[in-house]
Amino acid sequence: MKIPLTYNLRNLVVRKTTTVMTALGVALTVAVLLSVLALLDGLRIAFQSTGNPLHVLILRKGSESELVSNFTREMYQVVRAKPGIQRGKSGEPRASLEMVTVVNLPRVDSPEGMNVTIRGLMPVGIEMREDLKLLRGRWFESGRREVVVGSSIAKRFPGAEVGKKIHAGSGDWDVVGVMEAGTGVSNSEIFADLNQLSSDYNRTEVVSSALVEASDEVAAQALINDLNSDRRLNVEARTEKDYYAAQTVSGAPIQYIGTLVAIIMAVGSSVAAMNTMYAAVARRAREIGTLRVLGFSRGSILFSFLIESVLLALLGGLIGVLLTLPLNGVTTGIGNFVTFSEIAFNFHVGPKTITTGLIFAMLMGAVGGLFPALMAAKKEILIALREI
Amino acid sequence: MRYLPFIFKNAWRNRRRTALTVLSLGVSLCLLGLLMAIYQAFYLTEASPEQARRLIVRNRVSLAVPMPIYYRERIRQIPGVQEVMISQWFGGVFRDSRDPENFFARFAVEPEKLFTVRGEIRVPEDQKRAFLAERTACAIGRPLAERHNLKLGDRITLKGDIFPVDLELTVRAIWEAAQDDEVLYFHWKYLEEGLPNRRQGMVGTFTILAASPDAVGGIAAAVDETFRNAPFQTRTETEQAFALSFLAFLGNVKAFLLSIFAAVTFTILLVSANTMAMSVRERIREVGVMKTLGFKPGGIVGIILGEATVISLAGGVLGCLLAAGLVSAIRNGPAALAMLRNLAVGPPVVAVSLSIAVFVGLVSAAVPAWSASRTSIVDALRHAG
Repeated sequence: MKIPLTYNLRNLVVRKTTTVMTALGVALTVAVLLSVLALLDGLRIAFQSTGNPLHVLILRKGSESELVSNFTREMYQVVRAKPGIQRGKSGEPRASLEMVTVVNLPRVDSPEGMNVTIRGLMPVGIEMREDLKLLRGRWFESGRREVVVGSSIAKRFPGAEVGKKIHAGSGDWDVVGVMEAGTGVSNSEIFADLNQLSSDYNRTEVVSSALVEASDEVAAQALINDLNSDRRLNVEARTEKDYYAAQTVSGAPIQYIGTLVAIIMAVGSSVAAMNTMYAAVARRAREIGTLRVLGFSRGSILFSFLIESVLLALLGGLIGVLLTLPLNGVTTGIGNFVTFSEIAFNFHVGPKTITTGLIFAMLMGAVGGLFPALMAAKKEILIALREI
Repeated sequence: MRYLPFIFKNAWRNRRRTALTVLSLGVSLCLLGLLMAIYQAFYLTEASPEQARRLIVRNRVSLAVPMPIYYRERIRQIPGVQEVMISQWFGGVFRDSRDPENFFARFAVEPEKLFTVRGEIRVPEDQKRAFLAERTACAIGRPLAERHNLKLGDRITLKGDIFPVDLELTVRAIWEAAQDDEVLYFHWKYLEEGLPNRRQGMVGTFTILAASPDAVGGIAAAVDETFRNAPFQTRTETEQAFALSFLAFLGNVKAFLLSIFAAVTFTILLVSANTMAMSVRERIREVGVMKTLGFKPGGIVGIILGEATVISLAGGVLGCLLAAGLVSAIRNGPAALAMLRNLAVGPPVVAVSLSIAVFVGLVSAAVPAWSASRTSIVDALRHAG
């Protein structure tokens, strides 16, 4: 026979001070865990939503990022002639030679400035990025010192807005537009004309990478194999999606520290829940005796106290989720060690994160409630009834 | 004070609860201790005497952008500069890049200046000579030699990623230093020879050794001023500030540490308050008896506050011990950040941890103590417990 759940709920309500205090402890632990998870989730979304599976990114062999890669114009001509590349509107192959470097932009809260990726591309490079939209202003013109900034850059750096100038290489560049590409990393980049940028940096012959679009998924894989085995080129090709997915490692330090902190806090909170439940068992000794007399088995008493503890922690978990919800959508930035520049993204409190938080809370409750519940179940009827 | 034995007896009465509370507080305070130790290691550690004399010059735009080598001579002429050394981060892949253990700093330097600029390095004289004499020699820190099982004479291959060159190096010296000892140094000339023409003549960073620690500030300003209108502007900062700028890159570490700190403090406050509220509630009748025996409200408040403080202090001591253990584990593990080598649970950390413990004890018991002292004898004696 099962003890009704309302018995537990009423008990939690009757001892509201203790309930609230224990639940709040659990809530803070869950909130810390959830903030870290939300941050990592946002980072993951930013990277995963970047990159078209048909786009193949080509870097020099051994280079893990566009920033340290070298790619010559000569190599680009070889790549362009490969079979399996999608043709653009004008009939030209969709292959973009690109240069990537970083510039330092000043910001109010960090006087030293933050590094931001600047990318020089050919017109076909913009055409290939189909999800790229211009929010305001216009695209840069070739041969001029003009840039278009990503929407996160425009938001986070007051100096990067249409009509203002930023400093890159040997001169000032006019900001002529603001672009947006969903939630992808292009929002944290600055785009400029390839020829102008590469001559400014004295890198006209050797730039960074090439991006080509395959006609379909099968062609993409064939193209990658073809490029990787071409000894003339000595390059490493991969889909743009894979390239960005690998950069999620930037969140690793935060993940380690955050998880460690959440686990240590969880130990503290489960012990606190245990304390509360022991007190509950001690205070309700006579009730337990009465329940036994009424015919409830030891098993149902064990189960009932365990459920009560889990409910208590679940309440804490819910409060923790509520505490974290305002974070959803807040923009933050962390350094990307692959590109040596800052990537901006939004915290994301999704259903998966919330579920993880609630399960984590219930786990704390179960751990904290197990021993007190066992003690309650083991009580002898007569002794229990005699206790005050 | 004369209530002290009584306080201890009370604290020891519900042993399981006291033990659980101490454990819970201890674990949380251990976390606080760890956070404080990290904060201290990052932001409050004084530079060692050698470190205080070193500055790092880099391209103002980014570490990833180099500057011309002729800057070295211009920097050399600045008053107060004792030595300027090229130090070029090589990066590269050692064995398998997927294993983080294989990641460590590799710098191309001018070997003849290395032991002046890093005066704290201890190395046997014969090894030093062997390292200087051979173009493809490298010198590694003792921890690296132990971790990767490298001996004098062993060959190391570094596959270039930033630089289009693979290096074949031979271990000729194994050195020791108190800090920053997970580094491999090799001859900058060897790197330069392997580079294509267009990549030559550029350097990532210069390390400056100042004649005295007092000259450091002036030198930094003078260097940046010298190249103010040059094609590549510089940023010069102390070695310590340079290391901190890496940390800033990770995000707002200070805010991260402080917000966790606040959350943890609040959590232990709740835990302790809960325990004291439960203890006092169970003993209301006793409070009535004590009052009957002539205890003043002040005495009762003192006894309850004392009990909370004793329990939370025990938690604090446990926390400090746990933190010290955790810290030594981190210090001896492979550290991604050299600054974590300074991690220690020192007297300031212990003092702050214990003060927090006392504060938590007093605050958490304040309300139960106050309400217990105000309960009238009759009500207290009648209390059902």
